[in-house]
Amino acid sequence: MSLRLQARKLACERDDRWLFRDLDLDIHAGEIVRVEGPNGSGKTTLLKILSGQLADFQGELYWNDHPMRRTRQDFLANLLYLGHAPGVKAALTPLENLAWYQALAGEPDDEPARFAALASVGLVGFEDLPAGQLSAGQQRRVALARLELIPRPLWVLDEPFTAIDRDGVAALEGRLAAHARRGGCVLVTTHHELADSPALRRIRLGQGGDDAAL
Amino acid sequence: MPLFREPEGSAGVAIRATLKRDLVLMMRRRSEVLNPLVFFALVITLFPIGISPDPELLAAIAPGLLWVAALLAALLSLDSLFRSDYDDGSLEQLLLSPQPLPALALAKVAVHWLLTGLPLALMAPLLGIMLSLPAGSYAVLALSLALGSASLSLIGAIGAALTVGLSRGGVLLSLLVLPLYIPVLIFGAGAVQAAILGDGVSAHLAILGALLAVALSLAPWAIAASLRISING
Amino acid sequence: MWAFIHKLGSPKWFYAISARLQPWFWVAAAVLIVIGSAWGLAFAPADYQQGNSFRIIYVHVPAAFLAQSIFVSMAVAGFIFMVWKIKVADMAAAMMAPLGAAMTFVALFSGAVWGVPTWGTWWMWDARLTSMLILLFLYFGVIALRGAFTSRDSASRAASVLAMVGVINIPIIKYSVDWWYTLHQPATFSVTSRPAMPMEMWAPLLIMVLGFYSFFIALTLMRTRSEILRREANKRWVRELAGEVS
Repeated sequence: MSLRLQARKLACERDDRWLFRDLDLDIHAGEIVRVEGPNGSGKTTLLKILSGQLADFQGELYWNDHPMRRTRQDFLANLLYLGHAPGVKAALTPLENLAWYQALAGEPDDEPARFAALASVGLVGFEDLPAGQLSAGQQRRVALARLELIPRPLWVLDEPFTAIDRDGVAALEGRLAAHARRGGCVLVTTHHELADSPALRRIRLGQGGDDAAL
Repeated sequence: MPLFREPEGSAGVAIRATLKRDLVLMMRRRSEVLNPLVFFALVITLFPIGISPDPELLAAIAPGLLWVAALLAALLSLDSLFRSDYDDGSLEQLLLSPQPLPALALAKVAVHWLLTGLPLALMAPLLGIMLSLPAGSYAVLALSLALGSASLSLIGAIGAALTVGLSRGGVLLSLLVLPLYIPVLIFGAGAVQAAILGDGVSAHLAILGALLAVALSLAPWAIAASLRISING
Repeated sequence: MWAFIHKLGSPKWFYAISARLQPWFWVAAAVLIVIGSAWGLAFAPADYQQGNSFRIIYVHVPAAFLAQSIFVSMAVAGFIFMVWKIKVADMAAAMMAPLGAAMTFVALFSGAVWGVPTWGTWWMWDARLTSMLILLFLYFGVIALRGAFTSRDSASRAASVLAMVGVINIPIIKYSVDWWYTLHQPATFSVTSRPAMPMEMWAPLLIMVLGFYSFFIALTLMRTRSEILRREANKRWVRELAGEVS
């Protein structure tokens, strides 16, 4: 399966200030790309642009060598995005939350798979509690269970380590590495230092984006 | 088992799941379903107190009063249509789903109508009795409200989608949406009026139906476009 | 053709072209409005029913025309902005909204003033006046929505969507209000639906309408030009224009 996300001459301006400018990106299968930078340097904005949520930018995006405008449907069919907010409904149980995501992603309705996904993030015994009664870290784990449940090659993850305990962090790091080994691709922002590996690549966004342009 | 799969489920599955999810959510927050109904009853109580308890006077203004109060009650619940999805991040996920967004938005609006517009329509005859609404117009009142409130939900959802990203969108939402509600109000209240006078109501109901058809065919796209704008911040 | 439109869509080009067009519209507006008001107010014959008070149509009707046309142009500009991403179209739409609201207000106010000799009251729920009032609220909505967003791009796109939704609704609102009015007050005299006017009356009216349109175009060009400078203040060509860069 081909897998290539490219950006050319990406530039984004917020409040008369360039977040980044002339940013070229080329992301392939088997890579973990970590977007780094201080607060307010536009990491989340970049991820939103690359996942096709923001329209307010300059430059071109390409998915598998085709302009994004024409392949958006195919791109979305390959994308799994986890945002800043976990996207977990407090009034629904983890199982119900995942059932909606399964249907939304076009996956077959599969209850055993949902149990297995929740077990893989350490939520055995919490499947039928309203998510609102879970801790912030557990809610984040419900969102992370989607990585297990929905088999998509391109992961775009915005601060996935937030609120997760030490064991969870290790497990998630292992999951990212395994995904890259299987030929998937991960684009991630995090303040957590990822262990060095050949698959890991860094993109640094600085204030004003001038060093990104160099 | 392949490591990566393309989505195989149809849009229908996603729409059904969204309907079910929103219904379950609303049933777990029952006060959100009840509040517009209580508001409706309260506003109707204010009028005899504010104007006069004279049954003849009340009967004369009842169709308009009932319609205006129901319209405001439906408006009251609109702000929360996309708000919680926006706050907890589900809205981003909805927008990034490979399914058609207008259809998913329509599913959410359908749930809103089912739990707001329809109950208001069913409750209106009861309040009609309290306003001495003349006999023979009760069925038309409920029917016109049921039809009309579907259009109101659709038009209102455009406003809700446009203002969901704004921290104080509530008042602005009313400002955007109320002028657009006027045709529905005219023909809805007109239908009840015509029923009281003994005129035919089929023309009014047909126009309400036509308005609904227009809203159904255009609003989902406007809602989808507006949601994409709001997610931009 | 396409190349031309995109060229026109570039702020720099629009700025240059509009500089040449603008004076013509100002001159046309001044000449037409002076001739039209002199003719309409002093030389046109008095109405056999309303006497001299009918002369307010020379303000009321052009303002009402403009109020509606501006909303339509705003929606068209919004559509152009949404589909072809031409920013000048959005700047023009942003500049049109307050002008449209002002024209709607002028139409409403002149209608109310007219109501005193005609109906003996400042306000009647006349079909035209009611439609105008709703139009004013639609303008307020577009202006308020644009002001509510912090991101300019979102504000522009949201205002465009609302203008397009509004423009689809305007005919529906107009039709339903007319219908509502005939149902409730079938026999009342309506201000603007009149028997055929003699030429001496409608010729100045036509001149006034054209004058108002020229005024609108000239003012929109002027305001769009200053908006271009404001939004493009960081661009090189604007700084060259200001003499900051040689």
